[in-house]
Amino acid sequence: MLREGEIRIPSGCAISGIINKQGVRFSGHDVMKSIALMHDRSNGLGGGFAAYGIYPEYAEHYAFHIYYDDLSIKEYTEDFLSSKFNIAESHEIPTKKVASVKNPPIVWRYFVKPKSEFIDEDCGSDEVVMKIVMLINSKFEGAFVASSGKNMGAFKGVGYPEEIGEFFRLDEYKGYIWTSHGRFPTNTPGWWGGAHPFTLLDWSIVHNGEISSYGANKRYLEMFGYQLSLQTDTEAITYAFDLLVRKHGLDLETACSVLAPPFWRNMERMDPAKKEMYTALRVVYGNLLLNGPFSIILGTSNGIIALNDRIKLRPLVAATKGDNLYVSSEESAIREICPNPDHVWTPKGGEPVIGMLQKEGVRDEYQYATA
Amino acid sequence: MSISMQLPDYLVERDPNRCIKCKVCVNQCANEVHSWDEDIDSVIAAEEKCVNCHRCVTYCPTRALKIRRNPTEYKENSYWNARTIRGIDRQAEGGGVLLTGMGTDRPIPIYWDRLFLNASQVTNPSIDPLREPMEIKTYLGSKPDNVIIKDGKLIKELPPQLVLDAPIMFGALSFGAISLSAVKSLAKAATDCGIMWNTGEGGLHRDAYEYSKNCIVQVASGRFGVDAEYLNAGAAIEIKIGQGAKPGIGGHLPGEKVGEEVSRTRMIPIGSDAISPAPHHDIYSIEDLRQLIYALKEATRYTKPVSVKVSAVHNVAAIASGIVRAGADIVAIDGVRGGTGAAPLRTRDSVGIPAELALASVDSRLRQEGIRNQASLVIAGGIRNSSDVVKAIALGADACYIGTAALITMGCRMCQTCYTGKCNWGICTQDPKLVKRLNPEIGAQRLANLIHAWSHEIKELLGGMGINALESLRGNRLMLRGVGLSETEYRILGILPAGE
Amino acid sequence: MKRVYAREEVCAGCKLCEVYCATAHSEYPNSILKAFLKQETRPIARILVEVDQPLSFALQCRHCEEANCTQACITGAMTKNPETGIVTNDESRCVGCWTCVLVCPYGAIKRDETGHKVASKCDLCSNNDTNPICVEKCPNNALIFAEISRGGE
Repeated sequence: MLREGEIRIPSGCAISGIINKQGVRFSGHDVMKSIALMHDRSNGLGGGFAAYGIYPEYAEHYAFHIYYDDLSIKEYTEDFLSSKFNIAESHEIPTKKVASVKNPPIVWRYFVKPKSEFIDEDCGSDEVVMKIVMLINSKFEGAFVASSGKNMGAFKGVGYPEEIGEFFRLDEYKGYIWTSHGRFPTNTPGWWGGAHPFTLLDWSIVHNGEISSYGANKRYLEMFGYQLSLQTDTEAITYAFDLLVRKHGLDLETACSVLAPPFWRNMERMDPAKKEMYTALRVVYGNLLLNGPFSIILGTSNGIIALNDRIKLRPLVAATKGDNLYVSSEESAIREICPNPDHVWTPKGGEPVIGMLQKEGVRDEYQYATA
Repeated sequence: MSISMQLPDYLVERDPNRCIKCKVCVNQCANEVHSWDEDIDSVIAAEEKCVNCHRCVTYCPTRALKIRRNPTEYKENSYWNARTIRGIDRQAEGGGVLLTGMGTDRPIPIYWDRLFLNASQVTNPSIDPLREPMEIKTYLGSKPDNVIIKDGKLIKELPPQLVLDAPIMFGALSFGAISLSAVKSLAKAATDCGIMWNTGEGGLHRDAYEYSKNCIVQVASGRFGVDAEYLNAGAAIEIKIGQGAKPGIGGHLPGEKVGEEVSRTRMIPIGSDAISPAPHHDIYSIEDLRQLIYALKEATRYTKPVSVKVSAVHNVAAIASGIVRAGADIVAIDGVRGGTGAAPLRTRDSVGIPAELALASVDSRLRQEGIRNQASLVIAGGIRNSSDVVKAIALGADACYIGTAALITMGCRMCQTCYTGKCNWGICTQDPKLVKRLNPEIGAQRLANLIHAWSHEIKELLGGMGINALESLRGNRLMLRGVGLSETEYRILGILPAGE
Repeated sequence: MKRVYAREEVCAGCKLCEVYCATAHSEYPNSILKAFLKQETRPIARILVEVDQPLSFALQCRHCEEANCTQACITGAMTKNPETGIVTNDESRCVGCWTCVLVCPYGAIKRDETGHKVASKCDLCSNNDTNPICVEKCPNNALIFAEISRGGE
């Protein structure tokens, strides 16, 4: 049977995310509890978490989480890594034995910086890291880089999310952003790399739904040099953000309006400058329009964005309490960890919920749905 | 004087119990098949002149007429069949190049019919076009790699675009090849439906000027009708390098069809054959094309997209790549099934490749080179219905041209004798008594009906796939599966076999 | 009042209007076959298509405001209905003198000699509301049934 990356496997799911906008770090316990409530949305074949702010002592290093099928590919990969990076520290990711999490791969983490001879004007350290990650993931049989951002990490595998959380001992970590995902794939991938979140440098995406525009999105991204080796929707979404925000310099909110653009007839009613802008975005980036049901939580070092498709075919609920913003597939999953939120609402299709760290110059705004 | 070996292609059967001797068939047949015989008080038929255009059959008020293929048979022979023998007979008697009209009728594989579309089931909902917005608006033109925005405002304007309410346009049908009534029908319908029509090599007649905002003006090798006013009148300009029906040769309008109006619009003498040269005599290599493209852009102050139309030939992918790099905003590819008013039979039937394969290979090549967004792709050559349009878009087209389908809408019955100028339906003739037969109001209404019907069907098919915006189908080969294709064909089309 | 107007620019000269008009005024108004094949005498159309290629158009009675035929009629059979404006010939009173035929400036009146001689002409299919059969059946919309005022009339 073909596995993820060799064949496209659609799936349904659950998502949940929390950010403390002051950057105050908290344990993974809450997010695990939240996703566990939505147990029935998954089928035990995939679960995962992204956490930001968990490695403050190595904040300037790229934290590689790599999964290996066996020791020989580990050795091979480590040789390769040491040729390209200065490795400050490497060790096994601490895990706990969980009965239902079977046959885990070898999970290892490395704190690295690219060697200076590989960095130049055209290819900054981010670009170097990205290229190496893509190389390992597409060419190194039996090795998979689950995350490679700074001061963040992805913890994912085959199992219910709460079991994966337990396996990775996430309640022992502290981060200011946690996102999580439970998967209901319609096949048995048996592969840890297939779970969410999908990451690229600092970006992480958890995603519920199936993108019917995937074929169009993929071929457009390939033109800009992205290799969509995993054949997952999440991969496509992450690369889309990378292209629009990191390479083309759009801000996050504008990038969201590329993925979920206004309807043409609504553009007709906008004022001329806005209409011109949205028309140009849609005309140029039409191939990145995400069609089909989706709710996603995009994680970055600075904050999170939650977004639904234009006609809201998947659930997404948001809530705030004090400095915390919660987003989830279900209100119950939020109330499980925050019984009395200050504000709860259902975001409209196509309108992003943005929760950014309260740093100077960093935007922080979200729209409440009308009562 | 020798006897003709050519038997009539068709027999005219007149039911004596239904014929009321109204002589409508007599007055309608431009080929003079039917005539009234006073002596025997009957209508009789000169069958050898019948081209099976159905005019008399349709107009007979009692349906007394049937046209049948002449059942006289040759000895069975799967190689030297009737069609082949007749072709030789015609040349033995006439000594000339065999001419024909419309697109090739040969049994070339129809890839459209071997491609199947996806639909959403469970893992993703289908969308109901009657209840949800379903967007098929299409922009044709060059797209930049990125958009620069500052303070919520667009900094750099987009290059000029054609805006279509549906991904369909009327293909190049020249005034001269078709009648002014047909031109007006197409022009009005295109305007009413928010799509484009194309002048072809015929120039822009003054009666069609009111529809010029929806017009693509063509600059072909003969440069008929081309002046600064013409170039600036239309919404876009198309350089015609070739057409699918006759790759490698130019347009041909027999002198019989060049009357006063055609003469004035094309700027050529009355009665002269309008034969366009095979190449543009100022385009002998790709860099010459670039020069012409920019000359046209200068002449129109860079306000209009410039399209380049080529026939689908063997190295069409490389040619298309060159055209994009030469500065074209739109590349139009016309497959072997493309139609024509007049073409040598052998060229029509043997030269060129199918549109489906050309489209897939051009789209893939442009993406490999990272330049797919620099020009829109339009496909032409045998688009028959809305599912062909949807499959074309999934293969990578931005929009489709329809030629034959538009003519059939106006009444064409595919008799393939357009080059005689005696079109009984008033579509491809210049004879004033025949031109009257096509009422542009009726023609325009029928064309608009077709476009609306196809638009609705496209929306239904999109909705079934769980898509509510055409951009998500464009180039989305995963929405297609093939049945009964060879491995090479799967590879070229870039699709999986059904079941995978 | 509504009248039938011909649009010469789209008349194909097919003469189907003549066939339908004749049938509608025959013994078998709903069957062309019976009207032409069963009826003893060949039905006569009240509309005539004038052809001089490429010119062609259908011509019939104009139901004139000041109808010459009504004034010329010696028996008073030809009258203009003051309400509908339709000019009709009362065949029971018509004696077939053909004076109306002579005075009609359009030549729109025919001689019907199939039975007892009567003048035959368009009667707008006896109403002003629904389309007369010629307008209904013209395959190219070359006939319209409309009210077109000509200033002063």
